Amino acid sequence: MNTMNSLNGQGSGPVGLKRFQQYGPLLPALGLVGLLYGGGLLLALAQSVGLYGLGEREFTLQGYGDLLWDAEVQGSLLLSLRIALLATGLALVLGLGLALLLRGLGGWAIWLGQLTLPIPHLVGVTGMLLLLGPSGWLARLAFQLGWIASDQDFPLWVNDRGYVGVLLYWLWKEIPFAALVALTLLRGMGSELEQQARLLGASATQTFWHVTLPLLRPGLLATGILIFGFVFSAFEVPLLLGPTYPRTLPVLIYQRFIHINLEQRQQAVALGVILLVISAAVVSWMAGLFAARGSLWQLPVVSAERSPGRRP
Amino acid sequence: MATAGRISGTESWEKAVKGRHIHRWIGGSLLRLGVAGVALLWALPFGVLALWAFTRAWYFPDALPQAWSLAGWQQLLFPFAGRGSQFWAAFGQSLQIALFTTLLALGVGIPAGRVLGTHPVPAWLRLLLLLPVITSPLAVLMGIQGVLIRLRLDGTLLGVVLVHLIPTLPYMALVMGSVFARFDRGYEVQARCLGADPWQVWWQVTLPLIAPGAAIGAVFAFLISWNEFLLTFFVGGGRVLTLPMLLYSLLQGGNNTLVAVVALLSVVPGWLALLGASLCLGQAIGLPPAEAQEEESC
Repeated sequence: MNTMNSLNGQGSGPVGLKRFQQYGPLLPALGLVGLLYGGGLLLALAQSVGLYGLGEREFTLQGYGDLLWDAEVQGSLLLSLRIALLATGLALVLGLGLALLLRGLGGWAIWLGQLTLPIPHLVGVTGMLLLLGPSGWLARLAFQLGWIASDQDFPLWVNDRGYVGVLLYWLWKEIPFAALVALTLLRGMGSELEQQARLLGASATQTFWHVTLPLLRPGLLATGILIFGFVFSAFEVPLLLGPTYPRTLPVLIYQRFIHINLEQRQQAVALGVILLVISAAVVSWMAGLFAARGSLWQLPVVSAERSPGRRP
Repeated sequence: MATAGRISGTESWEKAVKGRHIHRWIGGSLLRLGVAGVALLWALPFGVLALWAFTRAWYFPDALPQAWSLAGWQQLLFPFAGRGSQFWAAFGQSLQIALFTTLLALGVGIPAGRVLGTHPVPAWLRLLLLLPVITSPLAVLMGIQGVLIRLRLDGTLLGVVLVHLIPTLPYMALVMGSVFARFDRGYEVQARCLGADPWQVWWQVTLPLIAPGAAIGAVFAFLISWNEFLLTFFVGGGRVLTLPMLLYSLLQGGNNTLVAVVALLSVVPGWLALLGASLCLGQAIGLPPAEAQEEESC
């Protein structure tokens, strides 16, 4: 197929037209994404340096400069990173553990896990608020059991400065996702290689570390990227479950963007660009880690319905 | 002496075998119990939502509501009163936006996916398509808002559909890319050789072959749009009322019964779509096709 194309390309005739015929169908999609996403990003960049938008227009890097020394911004950035890394790590480890446990149980475990996929964040957050809140169901249960004397005694797990509620929400949402991907990968992998390793005398632990985990790694890494990206840039979850201070980066950006002070607005746009750059950098770095092995497209959602091609 | 030793030896062997059986049995039931426990723990937020949805007043120390009531459902589902008309308006707008977004994403994503799946495409292009799906749209939203206001598209359904395309379209293109990657063009060539025109080939050969993959992509694109909060929040300008927007404004109000009913109702289409997709395909979506084929052939 490839050689055919290149032969055609090298032969007589307009190469450009050939290329256009081949890659033309890609253009509407690229054009729309480029216009909406790329255009929006360019406008955001222009706004962040004062070239476009409300107020006077002159090139200035003040928006970015101020941010560097802003303690609140630094705190929010660290907070967002910490939550995203913690949630991703815990979800991957616990999800993998769950998948290994559920492995022998058959297809219904996968089916059960899929139920968690289409739940909107807002619905999950609502459930968490009614469950963990100061007068939520857990507090009521603790009262009935005599553990607390009033709703004041129940630990603050919602809108708390420790972000316990947010973290619990992410674990609730992302562990099933990670487990689902791991289960799908395990099924696609089959158990022949592991059995072989056991037959050759490897212990169960050795088999896990030297056979199972290396085979799962690309898929798990891709899952990690997705979870990190979602958690790091999530807006509604920390807005509703987090405290008013300290705020995660996306919430901080929103609050500065709707601020009356135009300078704050410019800063918000600059912060938005920084947020985008950080998540894009992390994603491309992690993707680059295993792109070399040609497994970049083992993305969970895509691989979930993609032929494993390894089964006889 | 020797026989006694042998007998006790076989006895202990039998004991050991029995013990292992019991161990395995205990292990199996423990596993099942553990899984049931995890599932129950996971369902807790939904359990609380379900309790709240069927009561009117439920005060602090009570672990269960004192009185059950369908008032929340009646208030929301009766389409002519205040809350009800608001709910149905939100439901209708959510549905319209999600359907339009899905159709547009399909129309543009299928041709793009064909190129992605069948031609060598540089890795950075794929990464570029992936970024809008994963990274934060905040900067883009803040940049785009001014333009949408100038074009008078802010606060309109079309504006919301356009921004919903930002995550759904690249997603659809990537999914269709993986569908076309295992698509055998031989079928099309064959049909052409047998005298079908390109249009017939598309409708009668290509489309049926890619339909299962396209259905999965469409279901997920629909769900992304249906569940979207941030994009609608920024571009809708408070005038486009989707179900997540309604839920958000109800959450500020503090009527837990209404909140719970709307929350439960917003999950239903997602589960229906998932069920429909897995029934249509005769398989659970997470299963790799090879396995599904095995099951079908059985």
